[in-house]
Amino acid sequence: MPSQIVAVGSKVGLHARPASILVKAAAGAGVAVTIGRPGEKAVNAASLLSVLALGVKNGDSIEVSVADGENSDSVLATIVDIIATDHDE
Amino acid sequence: MLKGIGVSPGVVVGPVRRVIAAEVSGPVPANLDQVLAALEAIAQDLEKSAETIELEIAKEVLAAQAMMARDPSVAEVLEGAITEGTAFDIRPIVIDAFGGFKEQLLALGGYFAERASDIDEISTRLINKLAGIESAGLTLTEPTVVVAEDLTPADTAALNLKFALALVCSHGGATSHTAIVARGLGIPAIVGCSGVMDLEDGTKVLVDGRHGEVIAGASDEEVSSRISKEDLLKARAASVTGPGRLSDGTPIQLLGNAGTVDDVRAAVAVDAEGIGLFRTELLFLDSQIEPTVAEQVALYSEVFELMAGKKVVIRTLDAGSDKPVPYINAIHEENPALGVRGWRLTRTSNDVLNRQLQALADASKGKDVKLWVMAPMINTPDEAKDFADRVRALGMDTPGVMIETPAAALHADRILAEVEFGSFGTNDLTQYVMASDRMDSRLSDMTTAWHPAVLRAISIASAEAVKISKPVGVCGEAAANSLLAAVLVGLGVSSLSMAPSALAEVRGFLASVDMDACRSAATAALGARSAQEAEKFARDILEK
Repeated sequence: MPSQIVAVGSKVGLHARPASILVKAAAGAGVAVTIGRPGEKAVNAASLLSVLALGVKNGDSIEVSVADGENSDSVLATIVDIIATDHDE
Repeated sequence: MLKGIGVSPGVVVGPVRRVIAAEVSGPVPANLDQVLAALEAIAQDLEKSAETIELEIAKEVLAAQAMMARDPSVAEVLEGAITEGTAFDIRPIVIDAFGGFKEQLLALGGYFAERASDIDEISTRLINKLAGIESAGLTLTEPTVVVAEDLTPADTAALNLKFALALVCSHGGATSHTAIVARGLGIPAIVGCSGVMDLEDGTKVLVDGRHGEVIAGASDEEVSSRISKEDLLKARAASVTGPGRLSDGTPIQLLGNAGTVDDVRAAVAVDAEGIGLFRTELLFLDSQIEPTVAEQVALYSEVFELMAGKKVVIRTLDAGSDKPVPYINAIHEENPALGVRGWRLTRTSNDVLNRQLQALADASKGKDVKLWVMAPMINTPDEAKDFADRVRALGMDTPGVMIETPAAALHADRILAEVEFGSFGTNDLTQYVMASDRMDSRLSDMTTAWHPAVLRAISIASAEAVKISKPVGVCGEAAANSLLAAVLVGLGVSSLSMAPSALAEVRGFLASVDMDACRSAATAALGARSAQEAEKFARDILEK
């Protein structure tokens, strides 16, 4: 199961637009994607409420994990990229 | 006449249409398939509304709500909870399924907590749908004054707002969704207008969004007089530019209130002469731990760069009372408005304040900005001296204090002697002088700065300030009210700081009055026996 730790680029954290973009991408990925703080409980990245409830702030480290599947590695790269970007710039 | 809080100015006349929310009574039975199908239908409705509504901010809210309705984690909880075929009453199950997330978001505070109301809306909508009640939306086919208890983003999306002349709600506050939508559309709006739901559909009313008044059966003269006054105010606002001054040339500095970098940009856009109040709470409220000095320096630097060459008044952390910061205001207080808040935090979190002052000193180093540093909730000359000493020791030479308690106003001569300037926080000063909670709508008649007792407190303090040549300004909501702003100038105030959206109108109004008129209006208002009378006296003199 590929995973990677990434720092959140969005100034408002995973909230509003950045959270919506992430959730949409995760829901359309075709494989299960989870995110969470390293070492803590991970949540379904396709659930907006679960993502919001993590209360992720700008600069926080987030671990992204993607279930094994055909495109796991490219899905991981896409999700990591979304989390690292500041979408409000 | 019905009174509320005017949240978007403008005068219109039109027929009332009420948006009445139906209520579910009795148990609502449903099985899992029905619940999931209803959620999907709601999500699709919301998506359709998001596509059709023109307002960008409402679009985003609706799209996010659609995602919540389709949330897989909620579906999972519902699947776990509806074990037998059909639940006898789905209501507690739905409330539970969404409630867990709501609690978590509320606990996070700040931006995250704002989403909690979206969750409430989805669960209410779901229960209504399962009970066979369609949403409260109504189709507008002619120009209409829309009246409701409160308007949610989904309600406003369901309405054909092209035909909305004005929005009037019996509930809600100045920052409610209704206010934001109305300002976006440029139509008048009033919130907190109790009694408005008693108006019959079709009643022709005048809505004055500036004064927060709804009048049924207004005479033609009343209507045309209000419309021409409104037009005059708007025309003045559009015609006067540059630094604030009275008609006799007396300069009155006009500044912007800000809490974010975006607010500072808004102040730049309306040509404010600087920032008269930068609230630093947001950075602290948005974080679960104290923001580092580096994070603070980054924010303050951005503000200083945007306001290069201008005056920027930064207020140190005003946590506590209605803005608790969990890691700072950890102890439960019986009476937080009178507790450890503002500069009093030096008693419990001294290092936090020292680090903030350090960050301000670091951020201003080498910057072309006139930095004024201001402490909130200063009550005594000793507190003022302690603050001023710390600010000066870090090489910043303009410490000042908020005057927002009766003690500070009554002792202003000795307090201002310790610092370089004072700024009336009229919202808190009013709450403390009148001993009336400003968040309590039942007391809203008491919590206006027009009250002669509040004006007298300001008068006492500004007279002392003038004697020792220390400038005093106003940075509360009072400064955004043109008429009251002129009265404050008459009391001796030399700068006004307000929401950037109000600045052009205040600038336009001040250019139409001279110092003599401001002083006469102030004297008349001080002698009034009620807030209403003070406002009337001032209006009679200033709007001649």
